[in-house]
Amino acid sequence: MSPLAVLMIVPVVLPLLAAAVLLLIRDSRRRLGSVVNIAATLGGLVVAILILWQVDHGAGHDAIAVHLTSNWAAPFGIALVADRLSALMLVLVGVVSTGASLYAAAGWGRAGAYFHPLFQIQLMGLNGAFLTGDLFNLFVFFEVMLAASYGLQLHGSGWLRVRSGMHYIAVNLLASSLFLIGLAILYGVMGTLSMADVAAKVALVPPADRGLLHAGAAILAMAFLVKAAVWPLNAWLVPAYTAASAPVAALFVLMTKVGLYSIVRTWMLLFPADAATSTQFGGPLLLGAGLVTLAFGAIGVLASIRLDRIAAFSVIVTSGTLLASFATGSVAASAAALFYLASSTFAVSALFLMVEPVQRTRSERHAHAPQYDTLPDEDDNLDDEQLPLVGRAFPVSIAALGLAFMACSLLVAGLPPLSGFLAKAAILTAIVDDTTTGALPASTWVLMTLLLCASAFTTISLVRAGIRHFWSSGGRFAPRLKLVESGAILVLVGACLLLTVLAEPVLRYTTATAAYLHAPRPYVDAVFGTPPRPGPTTPDYSQVETP
Amino acid sequence: MEVLLALVIGVLGGAGVWLVLRPRTFQVVMGLVLLSYAVNLFIFSMGSLSIDHPPLVTPGQSADLQNYSDPMPQALVLTAIVIGFATTALFLVVLLAARGLSGTDHVDGERDEE
Repeated sequence: MSPLAVLMIVPVVLPLLAAAVLLLIRDSRRRLGSVVNIAATLGGLVVAILILWQVDHGAGHDAIAVHLTSNWAAPFGIALVADRLSALMLVLVGVVSTGASLYAAAGWGRAGAYFHPLFQIQLMGLNGAFLTGDLFNLFVFFEVMLAASYGLQLHGSGWLRVRSGMHYIAVNLLASSLFLIGLAILYGVMGTLSMADVAAKVALVPPADRGLLHAGAAILAMAFLVKAAVWPLNAWLVPAYTAASAPVAALFVLMTKVGLYSIVRTWMLLFPADAATSTQFGGPLLLGAGLVTLAFGAIGVLASIRLDRIAAFSVIVTSGTLLASFATGSVAASAAALFYLASSTFAVSALFLMVEPVQRTRSERHAHAPQYDTLPDEDDNLDDEQLPLVGRAFPVSIAALGLAFMACSLLVAGLPPLSGFLAKAAILTAIVDDTTTGALPASTWVLMTLLLCASAFTTISLVRAGIRHFWSSGGRFAPRLKLVESGAILVLVGACLLLTVLAEPVLRYTTATAAYLHAPRPYVDAVFGTPPRPGPTTPDYSQVETP
Repeated sequence: MEVLLALVIGVLGGAGVWLVLRPRTFQVVMGLVLLSYAVNLFIFSMGSLSIDHPPLVTPGQSADLQNYSDPMPQALVLTAIVIGFATTALFLVVLLAARGLSGTDHVDGERDEE
């Protein structure tokens, strides 16, 4: 058993243990709760980076680590599989959750009961969903993640949260029903739900059962598309994400990525490009859905005035971009999309965390009292705004916040020189290069136009918000920023800066990931090639036939 | 038996969908419960319907579904029931909170004009 096979259960077990410990910590010792929460989250990040490093540096079978839970041989037990895609997603979870847990330590963690245990359970669900190699286990981890998210969404209470939470829960319960129906049909057709076994057996499905297989896959995809917030299944997202408290909204950015991950994973295992039949079944539909979602999100961003709504619609924009890029079916576009996935997740989470500090520049309540050198007399006939600004030093916190906001805007809109631009440029290059033979298909033109429009609209919207908050009526009060809050934003923006500097190795990693995703054979071989550990009374498993 | 089960699933599912689309929160939760019944029966039916077949492979008989019933869907349905039960209970709590905060049982918290 390789060290990686042991290491990879830590992302699931560590949050579970941390949640159990956090439950025992009394409400009066909230500082301790925050510290344990941050420590566990940081531990998860370190383990995720270790897994990523191991997966990236392992060759052949070592690149895909398989953990057979309870030592059951595949396909009978539930296998946990850490491959390039899973490892990348684990690191995303680690970074975003570190930012969110730091931010929560500034105050939101104390706004209600059981924030920290729910936070850790949510992390367990997220990590588990990315690691599992079994479709039904994916459902279970989805439910773990969703059950925690229902509690987190309501954190802080209030009518807006309860109303949007009610809609959010109802939609997700319906999606879970669809998930189960899809699973039942797939099981009926193939008699297995292990992802590797499904991928191996899908070619053997007789033509008479193909329709049923397609129906099952389509119903399953509907459940994932609801989670990925694809139009028209995304009406729940904006109210729920804007009502949720800031660290929760930042964490929820990851939840749409779970939907996308599940679509990519199952679609590429079930209907790979090199299959003889049902090649990339539903690809045009996914592409169309992605394009419409992208357009919907872009218009929503343009129509939004409030910063939290801009951030929520940006989540929809990224979902649309990712789905459309993956659905083009080209390796280069998928590689660029994976890079965009990392960059946009960090950027949009940072934007969610920035909503509250930015709003503090407009109100006196959370800010320091303004200290003007010369306050105007009441008799002075001056514009209210004018005189107080004369001769006043620019407060450091506003400068830092303004810079962070600028970086975030550049990242979300995809403008140079940061990683958002590199990601969008990579996607555009990939979809143009992909069809060098002959004319570009119409969908490519639409995707290009929409990507550029989305960037323009996001720029307009964020510049408008920036002017409003920092220049016009806002900016008069230096916002009081706690150290952990600035640290949280710094972690996420810093991760994007790191992505910008290390763009080449990261893109090389995502290119290898995309190539690996488009040929699922190594995944199947790795899962079936992992023998259970022999015990004192274990029968010889070597006779188990592998397909 | 197949026809009867299909009818039951269809009626439960149809009633569930209709109720979920109603404007009262209690109707929505009843709809979700009926839908989960339909889904659970559907999963159960995927393991082939048979009577008097234990989920065990008997030595000497070939291991196909003529001779034993598939235990997998039964395990799946058990998990689905537990999860569905828990999430529905959680949803009920949110419904009560919404009722308390808005004073009405409309899903959007708005009183009807009538």
